[in-house]
Amino acid sequence: MSARTTLATARRVLQQLRGDHRTLALLLLVPLVLLTLLRYVFDAQPQVFDRIGGPLLALFPFTSMFLVTSVAMLRERTSGTLERLLSMPIGKADLLGGYALAFGLVAVVQTVVASAVALGPLGLDVAGSTGLVVLLAVLDALLGTALGLLLSAFARSEFQAVQFLPAVVLPQLLLCGLFAPREAMATPLRWLSDVFPLTYAVDGMQQVAASPDVTGDLVLDLAVVAGCIVAFLALGSATLPRRSE
Amino acid sequence: MTTSAVLGRDVRVDRGGRPVLHGLDLDVPAGAVTGLLGPSGGGKSTLLRAVVGVQAHVRGRLEVLGLPAGSPDLRRRVGYVTQSPAVYADLSVRDNLGYFADVLRAPRSRVDEVLADVALAEAAGQRVDSLSGGQRARVSLATALLGEPDLLVLDEPTVGLDPVLRRDLWALFRRLADRGRTLVVSSHVMDEASRCDRLLLLRDGRLVADGTLDEVLARTGADDVEQAFLRLAEEVPA
Repeated sequence: MSARTTLATARRVLQQLRGDHRTLALLLLVPLVLLTLLRYVFDAQPQVFDRIGGPLLALFPFTSMFLVTSVAMLRERTSGTLERLLSMPIGKADLLGGYALAFGLVAVVQTVVASAVALGPLGLDVAGSTGLVVLLAVLDALLGTALGLLLSAFARSEFQAVQFLPAVVLPQLLLCGLFAPREAMATPLRWLSDVFPLTYAVDGMQQVAASPDVTGDLVLDLAVVAGCIVAFLALGSATLPRRSE
Repeated sequence: MTTSAVLGRDVRVDRGGRPVLHGLDLDVPAGAVTGLLGPSGGGKSTLLRAVVGVQAHVRGRLEVLGLPAGSPDLRRRVGYVTQSPAVYADLSVRDNLGYFADVLRAPRSRVDEVLADVALAEAAGQRVDSLSGGQRARVSLATALLGEPDLLVLDEPTVGLDPVLRRDLWALFRRLADRGRTLVVSSHVMDEASRCDRLLLLRDGRLVADGTLDEVLARTGADDVEQAFLRLAEEVPA
C-alpha cells in the first residue's frame, strides 16, 4: 500500500466531486431539509424528534455515500479507467483506500453541517458528545462507501446501481429498530436485523443520544461497524480483477 | 532490433468458451514500430490485452520485455491505450494527467511534456467531456506516455483523427521508436502499414503474415497491403 497513490486517488475523487456542484449541494443540503422537515412534522412531540433525530444523523452519511460511491465506482468500471489503473503500478488497497478517504472527508463535512443545525436551531437533544456523533457518522459513511464499492460489481448500469438503494438499504432501514422495536419483530426478522450492519450503526447513534458515557453497547456497535467496513472493503477488492474476459 | 520486446509461442485465448486466438507465434522487435493490422473482430484487441496482461485465460508462452506478460514489474514499463479513451470525463485534461502521473510516480513536469507531444497544451484546462472525440483519444494517449514506458501498446490510436493529426501522431511514434521505445500499434486502416517497421497481419485469430512491408508485398506479389491482405485471406481459409 502506498500513501502517495492513496492520497492521489482521494484527491482525484474529490476533484471529480468538486466539479459537480449540484451533487455537492444535494449532499450537504438534503440532510438539513429532511431534519428540519422532521422537526416540524413532530412539532407537538419533541421527544419523537429526539428519538429519531440522532439515528438519522447516522442514516444520511450511510445512504448518500452508498449511492455516490456505487455510481462512481460503476463509472470507473464501465469507462475503462479501472482497467487502465489496474494495468498501472497501483495497489487495489490504494484505490479503495483513496475512495474511502475522499468520501470519509465528505462525510465529516456533511455531518458537521447537519449536526450543527440539528443540535443548534432545531434543538435536538443528544446526551453524548458531538465528537462521538461525528465519529459514528464518519464510520457510517465509510460503511456506505465500502458497501457501495462492493455492490457496484453487481451492477451493469447506473439504473441497476440506484436500484440497490431500495433493495439493500431499505430492508436494513425497516429492520434496524428505528420504526419498530426489534423485540417486537417476528423472530426470523429479528435474526435478519441482528446481521444487518445498519442495525449497529443506528443503535450506536441511539446510545450516544441517550447516554453521556461510552457504554459497552456503543463499543460493540463501533466494533461491528468497523469490522463490516474492513470486510466489505476486502470483498470489494476481490471484485477488482487485474485480468478480465 | 536484435532482441524481442514481445515473444509469443502458441498463444491461445478463449473468450466465453470460444477460441479468439488460435496459437500465435510472434516476435515483436524492440525499438521499432510494429503494426498489428487486420479487420475488426479478428482478435487484435484481445492480443494487445494479452500483451498488456489484462486479458484473462491466456495460454501458451507470452513474454514481454523478458518477463511473463502481466508481471507486476511490467506495470511501470508498459503503456497501454485502449480503443475507447479511458480517462475521467468529469475532470480537466490537466487533472487527469496529474492523477495518472502520481500513480505512475512520474514527475508533474511530465504533464506539460506529454501535452505538447499530443498537441493538447491549449486544452489543458478543459474538462474532458467538453472535448472532441479525437482530442479525448489524445488525452488517453498522453496518459500512456507519462511514465516513459519501454513498450507502448496502442489500440487503434488514430481512429477519428483528421489527416494532419494522424500524420503528427505517426511522427511522434517514430520519434519514440528512435529513442529506443517499442511500439505496437493496431489499426484496421491498411494504408498506415507503410508507416510501420514491421507488420503483423491478423485474421480470425491467426497471424497470416509477419514481416516488413516489402517482405509481405514480395511474398504475395501484391502492390499494396490491402491487396496483400486479400490474397493472404484467400490463401488461408478461416
